[in-house]
Amino acid sequence: MERDDVIEYSLDAHHSEEEGKVLRKKIWKVTAILTVVTIVEVALGAFIKQGSVIWPFIKWTFVILTLLKAGYIVLSFMHLGDERKALKYIILAPYIVFMLYLIFVAISEGTAVGDALVNYGV
Amino acid sequence: MAGHASQDISATNLWDGKVSPFSTSYGKLMMWFFLVSDALTFGGLLVAYGFTRHDALDAWPIGEETFNSMPFLGHGYPLLYVALMTFILIVSSVTMVLAVEAGHRMDRKGVTKWLFATIIGGFFFVGSQAWEWSHFIHGSEFGKVELADGSQAIVKGHFGELKNFTVIEAGKHHEKGEVITDDLMHQFQHAVVLGHIENGIITLHDGSKAKVAKAADEHMVLIIKKTGKENKIGDVIEGDKACNIYGEVINSGEANRVIYGANLEQNEYGPQQYGQFFFFITGFHGFHVFSGVMINIIILLGVIKGTYHKRGHYEMVEKTGLYWHFVDLVWVFVFTFFYLI
Repeated sequence: MERDDVIEYSLDAHHSEEEGKVLRKKIWKVTAILTVVTIVEVALGAFIKQGSVIWPFIKWTFVILTLLKAGYIVLSFMHLGDERKALKYIILAPYIVFMLYLIFVAISEGTAVGDALVNYGV
Repeated sequence: MAGHASQDISATNLWDGKVSPFSTSYGKLMMWFFLVSDALTFGGLLVAYGFTRHDALDAWPIGEETFNSMPFLGHGYPLLYVALMTFILIVSSVTMVLAVEAGHRMDRKGVTKWLFATIIGGFFFVGSQAWEWSHFIHGSEFGKVELADGSQAIVKGHFGELKNFTVIEAGKHHEKGEVITDDLMHQFQHAVVLGHIENGIITLHDGSKAKVAKAADEHMVLIIKKTGKENKIGDVIEGDKACNIYGEVINSGEANRVIYGANLEQNEYGPQQYGQFFFFITGFHGFHVFSGVMINIIILLGVIKGTYHKRGHYEMVEKTGLYWHFVDLVWVFVFTFFYLI
């Protein structure tokens, strides 16, 4: 069923063989980055014990590396980096703002509940 | 990649109507909106996990201690299997990107090949997660023990092999003098939980009593996870003292001093909420992986049939790819917050 009032944007998304080669190289490069980051995370997690002195530093390293991986997956694999700026912002901005707020609220409430449990019993 | 999205169109033209302000189709936009809503769901679950962990008063399980087994290879490989699962899922995401890239070149054979590889990766992941669940439910060989002073400890070490049970008193199914050699571990663990082992003599299900022939446990380490009258959280007992204490618990003849695995009432790893969050979050994620694999199969059938080639574009593969990458993205976060931190 052909509609003439809808623009078929995906017909413009095609690329040639040569452009394809360049894109594939970039894909493999991002794959290598993700693999190396995962290996580093697993090695840190497996060999550094949770009680040790540098553990808080390691925890933050995990969070940063995970955000890095997430960034590569969303911007490169999901092609959000190639989309219009408006779409990028509409997807990322509310989510990030909400998540930051949710994490802040959870930590505040969690601390409050934890203190209450310790002070007033279970 | 020349297309509407890469052209510099002034804002008044974009937002005046008749064109998509994002230069993208309705279907793709809606997929993105769905992914944001699903991401909020998983985000909420992970924050709830963090909140619960933050004010859990009992010791929380440690990732590299709890998850240290590989299928067929046994224990001693901290986090290796879950690292392999992460790698498999990332690779399946890569094959998905390659399928989308092939679609942009109208390369039907390429799309088929890479989409099929993605489906295989997805099945491997779901299968691996199923093994992880079954291993988690089944528990370790040692279980979690309740010591004489009321404290609880998890046990690390090498479990001495069970050689056989020699029947010394006949029961309904076994005769005196019979040497039992199969299903030893299962019967042993059942008997320990029920308190049916006393001083090396096990009472089997049918009422017969047998002498347990077992190799000595080695490299034993008891790590206290719940404070009792003498031992506190975090204490570590090693060597012969650990062997003796563990042996005393097993041979005490008292029921419910050892917990194996995880179930709805208690688990050997830590607080009940740990098991509940583990099953819920990984289960919900696994459900998404499974539905993703099903959708991928349906789309693959469409690719093979030539539906998208006739249409002139492989956008359906791209939209399915977005869902698959989302599944991978969620796993990256679950992996970090559940297993690593």
